[in-house]
Amino acid sequence: MIMPMHELAIAQSVVDAVLDRLPENRVSLVVLQVGKLSGVEPDALRFCFELVVADTALDGAELEIVEPVGLAWCETCRMEFGLSRPILLCACGSADVRVISGDQLLISSVKVA
Amino acid sequence: MCATCGCGREEQIRFTTVGAPQAGQRRQPAHRDDHQHPHEHEHEHEHEHEHEHHSEHAHEHEHPHPNGSGHSQLSGRTVLLEQRILAKNDRQADLNRAWLAERQVAVVNLMSAPGSGKTTLLERTIAEVGPRFGLSVIEGDQETLLDGERIRASGCRVVQINTGAGCHLDADMMARGLAELAPSPGSLVVVENVGNLVCPALFDLGETYRVVVTSVTEGADKPLKYPQMFAAADLVLINKSDLLPYLDVEVSEFEKNVRQVNPAAQLLTVSATHGDGMIAWYGRLELLVTRLTATPS
Repeated sequence: MIMPMHELAIAQSVVDAVLDRLPENRVSLVVLQVGKLSGVEPDALRFCFELVVADTALDGAELEIVEPVGLAWCETCRMEFGLSRPILLCACGSADVRVISGDQLLISSVKVA
Repeated sequence: MCATCGCGREEQIRFTTVGAPQAGQRRQPAHRDDHQHPHEHEHEHEHEHEHEHHSEHAHEHEHPHPNGSGHSQLSGRTVLLEQRILAKNDRQADLNRAWLAERQVAVVNLMSAPGSGKTTLLERTIAEVGPRFGLSVIEGDQETLLDGERIRASGCRVVQINTGAGCHLDADMMARGLAELAPSPGSLVVVENVGNLVCPALFDLGETYRVVVTSVTEGADKPLKYPQMFAAADLVLINKSDLLPYLDVEVSEFEKNVRQVNPAAQLLTVSATHGDGMIAWYGRLELLVTRLTATPS
């Protein structure tokens, strides 16, 4: 089955990146950071990961997804605050806000046999 | 398998120069992809980038474990990678940017939901200012040459990329599309991305300018529903302004919602069918082309 969802492309990118860097090894665990503000759905990503690892050195590998929460910095208040959606607005009304965490899309580590 | 569009099969992606005999292979942005394509690879660039992107190699020697365990053991060792999932796409996008800068070519990445009027906007743009900017087009769609043919009929050079099941263009397709299109130095390329408000936001093509088109008929809530897309925009074009009298929606609502996800975005209201606001849009394009020649590459 082919699904037009970006989680499939993300899952494929994970597998390719791991195979690129560790071409010789059997991989048993992949640890990712998928921030709450990244726009990537962890459950969809897990589903797609199972599909794309088939017949690769990652076949059967476990996928661990760490989900960093959204954090932003308000230049006006000079304070950090939590962000549940990527709406760049501080409670003080300021839009001079930047995301400092939660937009990660990273491969942290892998466990190889 | 295709690393990029999720289509599973590389051969599903098709490149067509609409209205021209199939052109031969041309020089294209260096390609650091390792699935096999039937064209030349420019390996000299790979070495340059090895130094810039130290994350190329697994850090097996760079993170010694104080307890002596881990890396030296043969079984069950953990290897730290700490790399962006889309690093490969981003590297190709950087190569595309360098290729474009070398040729002083500006690229606009036009993104929107299906039916927002990207193709109509492009048709009018080509008719009114196409020759002035040496405009050429890369057209992305899952299937058909329909849009490519519409653009071709407007008198503009166009390469159609059909992504098959893929829901967006990526930097690798962009590299191949640019090679096929071979834009003239100092000219402007507009990329019409696959109609989709989700996936294209994540994939850097190496473009100069990102434009999101939203139409008033879609409702003013789209920036809040698809924040990643609107957050990625340099410019948001609010299209189909000629339909405003028939709708219960205000442009100010769009503006307010765009500002919430992207305070820095520029906004323009246009009607691609009637021509309202198009002069301001051409002004943005003019600025891109002027900057090209003003900036030493």
